[in-house]
Amino acid sequence: MFTLSPLETEALRLSLLVSVTAVAGSLPFGIAIAWLLARARFPGKTLLDGIVHLPLVLPPVAVGYLLLVTMGRHGLIGGWLHDVFGITFAFNWKGAALASAVISFPLLVRAVRLSIEQVDRGVEAAAATLGAGPWAVFFTVTLPLALPGIAAGIILAFARSLSEFGATITFVASIPGETRTLPVALFAVTQSAGGDAEALRLCILSVALALLTLLIADRLANRLERRMKGQPHA
Amino acid sequence: MLDISLQKRQGDFILDLSFRAAGPEVTALFGRSGSGKSSLVRLLAGLDRPDAGHIRLNGATLFDSGAGTDLPAHNRRIGLVFQDSRLLPHYSVRGNLLYGFKRTPESDRFVTLDEVAGLLGLEKLLDRRVGALSGGEKQRVAIGRALLASPRLLLMDEPLAALDGARKAELLDYIARLAAHFRLPILYVSHAPEEILRVAGRMVLIDDGRVLAEGPVEQVMSRADFAAAAGSRTLVTILTAVVEGHDSARQTSRLAWDGRHIDVPRLDLAAGSTVRARIPADHVILSLGPVEGLSVRNQVPGRVLSLTPAGPLMDVAVDVGVPLHAELTPDACRELGLEPGKAVTALIKSAAIDAAEVSLRPDDISAG
Repeated sequence: MFTLSPLETEALRLSLLVSVTAVAGSLPFGIAIAWLLARARFPGKTLLDGIVHLPLVLPPVAVGYLLLVTMGRHGLIGGWLHDVFGITFAFNWKGAALASAVISFPLLVRAVRLSIEQVDRGVEAAAATLGAGPWAVFFTVTLPLALPGIAAGIILAFARSLSEFGATITFVASIPGETRTLPVALFAVTQSAGGDAEALRLCILSVALALLTLLIADRLANRLERRMKGQPHA
Repeated sequence: MLDISLQKRQGDFILDLSFRAAGPEVTALFGRSGSGKSSLVRLLAGLDRPDAGHIRLNGATLFDSGAGTDLPAHNRRIGLVFQDSRLLPHYSVRGNLLYGFKRTPESDRFVTLDEVAGLLGLEKLLDRRVGALSGGEKQRVAIGRALLASPRLLLMDEPLAALDGARKAELLDYIARLAAHFRLPILYVSHAPEEILRVAGRMVLIDDGRVLAEGPVEQVMSRADFAAAAGSRTLVTILTAVVEGHDSARQTSRLAWDGRHIDVPRLDLAAGSTVRARIPADHVILSLGPVEGLSVRNQVPGRVLSLTPAGPLMDVAVDVGVPLHAELTPDACRELGLEPGKAVTALIKSAAIDAAEVSLRPDDISAG
């Protein structure tokens, strides 16, 4: 029987906490920016699109370093947040969640944007003629019809968060019980002598978690797809 | 009372039209595709913004470029039924029907779900998901949904274009009933004259973004520019008449109007029904008096109203209670000595007359 050691339980708990926080925290922003990119016309749209996609093409270490410079205790934004609100991202799990959120953000936005672009604008127009204002149209038509894509985006971002390593270790280092998520823990044991067996166990744990995530994603996507097409439940 | 004057440039196309539609009746908007009908509908509904002009409805200003008024679509209370029903796929039939109803203040509502479901035959569909509906059912839900938002004006943009013949006839009946039942002005956009003949009392003819003519359907459809817009060279006469009775031996039905009558191939309609008959001008023959020994069944006496050159031919209008158009060569006109006031007999082949029941109430028919 595969039982988890305290170290593994801790890493698993942290990974889940960090990933859930990262996705939940970035979701509203992700949907808002995806909607802007899909529907709005404004100057600087291409630039915004580029900035959103940047973490996808930059080395994660570079992203982590940029976070350290801007969001660290003495960073431009981080310092202000600490002084005004007493919030800090430096070397704690919240920082790990922020790193994961930034790294997975392009994946979230891409999936949501695509699904919003697929929503029939004719149906939105019809809703408007029935008395629904722009917000009502968004919440009763656009958002529900984009749900399959939003779900896909959530899963993608969640999976990417689970595997996040480079930006995390650069920004918040590898602190047991605070920032040592599964990939970070795996890296730590590979660096210590005689950690091969432990590394393998952590590796298997990661694979199992990833497979489980993908499996759930697949089932969810199928169900949503059917619902949004107005077809009866199978 | 709807009062529209709108200008909008879309690329090379310029829409510039003004017209008024009075009262709770069906007004048809006719034009070939690309004439600007659908653009006008979007401007009226508030889905697009005109460059200039105004839209007034029952004294309320919905849009006025001069005053800077531009009511957004969701505040206009103008219902819109699209060609493709555009139902909300994630709602049930009931959910679709109630979508606008819930957003309408109670004091503005003029109809209930039960009433609409009964009128449109939707009772058994209420709990269905919309993906499982047929095309005709979808359009009925779309109409019901628009009605339940209690609109001040209902726009219908070719609502039957995607349906087959039997469904069309059925829905036309529903539509004609709506205007009368709810005292609701309906603007019915179509490029199908047979639909307009069934439901509309008045019509606006538009072409290339402009209004060419407006008035009673019978008058507008008898115009040369209507024939051109409908893709035909031949003028038609629209005759609104009542089915007087049937002759089963001769397989004909008798249509009566204004003390006159003609026989047409037997119609499957009860005596007393109102019909509109289309008589193409090239199937009307004029003689100076009754003729015997002819196969033509209908001989209607009248007097010449006017002679108008129409290309190489002459359009002769004969007063037979309504102006009846006949197409003659100038030579024939000379030979018969036709001039305004001259008594003639119009000979009309029964088989050339195309009559269909009118779905609107007889008193909504403004001319004939």
